[in-house]
Amino acid sequence: MARQFMKGCEAIAEAAVRSGCRFFAGYPITPQNEIPEYLSRRMPEVGGTFVQGESEVASINIIYGAAQTGTRAMTSSSSCGISLMSEGLSFLAGARVPMVVVNVQRGGPGIGAIQPAQQDYNQATKASGNGGFQMMVWAPSTVQEAVDMTYAAFDYAQRDRNPVMILADGVLGTIMEPVVLPEPRSAEEVARLKAICRPWALVGHNPETEQRALVDSGDWNTKKMEQKCIDNAALYESWQAEAQAEELFLEDAEVVVTAYGISGRIAKSAVKLLRAEGIKVGMIRPRTVNPFPAASYEKLDYGRVKAILDVEMSIPAQMVNDVRLAVKDRCPVETCLHAGGEIMGRREIMDAVRALYR
Amino acid sequence: MERNLMVAGFGGQGVMTLGKFLADATCHSTDKNVTFFPSYGAEQRGGTANCYVVISDDEVGAPLGDAMDDLIVMNDPSLHKFLYKLLPGGTLFINSSIVTSEITRQDIKVVKVPVTGMALEMGNSKVLNIIMLGAYVGYTQVVPAEVVWNTIQQKLGKKPALLPLNKRAFEAGLAIGAEQREA
Repeated sequence: MARQFMKGCEAIAEAAVRSGCRFFAGYPITPQNEIPEYLSRRMPEVGGTFVQGESEVASINIIYGAAQTGTRAMTSSSSCGISLMSEGLSFLAGARVPMVVVNVQRGGPGIGAIQPAQQDYNQATKASGNGGFQMMVWAPSTVQEAVDMTYAAFDYAQRDRNPVMILADGVLGTIMEPVVLPEPRSAEEVARLKAICRPWALVGHNPETEQRALVDSGDWNTKKMEQKCIDNAALYESWQAEAQAEELFLEDAEVVVTAYGISGRIAKSAVKLLRAEGIKVGMIRPRTVNPFPAASYEKLDYGRVKAILDVEMSIPAQMVNDVRLAVKDRCPVETCLHAGGEIMGRREIMDAVRALYR
Repeated sequence: MERNLMVAGFGGQGVMTLGKFLADATCHSTDKNVTFFPSYGAEQRGGTANCYVVISDDEVGAPLGDAMDDLIVMNDPSLHKFLYKLLPGGTLFINSSIVTSEITRQDIKVVKVPVTGMALEMGNSKVLNIIMLGAYVGYTQVVPAEVVWNTIQQKLGKKPALLPLNKRAFEAGLAIGAEQREA
């Protein structure tokens, strides 16, 4: 298929529609406004529903209701807006209701800055709300990857009956890039996907011929509640086999750069420029940040790797903690950081690598 | 091969449109990778605005490079703010109608195009960006002029009445760019 020149946010929105998303609720916040703007026009075209909620809190709860019917549903926001949705996300995860949430990260904490950052890593991967629930978190570094991950996210959400997060950032949301869009799912296919959810979805069952469905995020029976937690934990554990990372030049690397999302693509470019200078540097770019691709660090030859450089647009660094858990003190893990809307440059990554390479 | 361009000026000068048209034309006419990244504050007309276009044979790493091969400045503040980003041997395109500061760097090429004046003479100050786009394409030949014109036509499709004016603007820019390339 021919490539199109699309803005990250609009491409994410279109990918959602093509995957079968037929319900969106959200509240405006920079730098993700193009997602609701696009869907406000696009959803009616495919018989879907677009709702601008009166707040983020309302929007996530509207999604909670819509997604309980098995309709593929999505919301999007940015950083402080995601914080407002944390209670709702916890309810969705507690009730095991599928949906997709997109966080186009900006500076933080608090109102932070409207410019791009990666300040929500811990929130996304460790605690997006109360109760110790987890979501699969996909971290695209190109508009194409954002499209492919968003398209797939709805399938993961439905398979697991759990929210899935796309963790993007303000650069990815606002850049335009060529992209090849996946084929849209037909109306019949979308209906079929929804019908699969019927056993658990609140779509009106005939009490004489069908089992009643109940969607509830908690249980007053402690034994049953404990079992819910055990089942959830088993789901989260099962994701480990699906962790993904892009690996580059690891065969002979003496310094390994690691970064996700926007920092990942900038780091990749820096690594290629350093390679052209003859510097033996490699790269691990997590594509999933939950599950974290620890196996990529496990298989490094620590007899050769002198150091790992973690590159993030977050101060303090956050992903570095997962990297250190994976590296287990077998080599030093250093950082190269920006925050507050300041965007990482290739030259500073290159300088940091050169300093470790000597 | 990677080429980094930054376009900077006042909001309202069509800085974003210039970058977007160029990037869009590149996407549709070549196999190259290209990114367009806008950067602006909360302002609209009158505030600062700039954008980055990266055209590359390989994947684009940084959508906003730290060093520019080409820099287009539409006003004086942008010149002072961003001139340092231009690589030695790079090309500076200036709106010479209003960028009047002396260019102190000796290690760069300078292409002067009085786009504000030219646009006013054509009867519409808004086409200054299309003149500059023409000059950039004429000088760099980074993408074929016809392809860029097709993109402009397509994007202005809803307002066909504006096409003749934009065609004149684009061609006037192209001519200046091509002329300075020869010089």
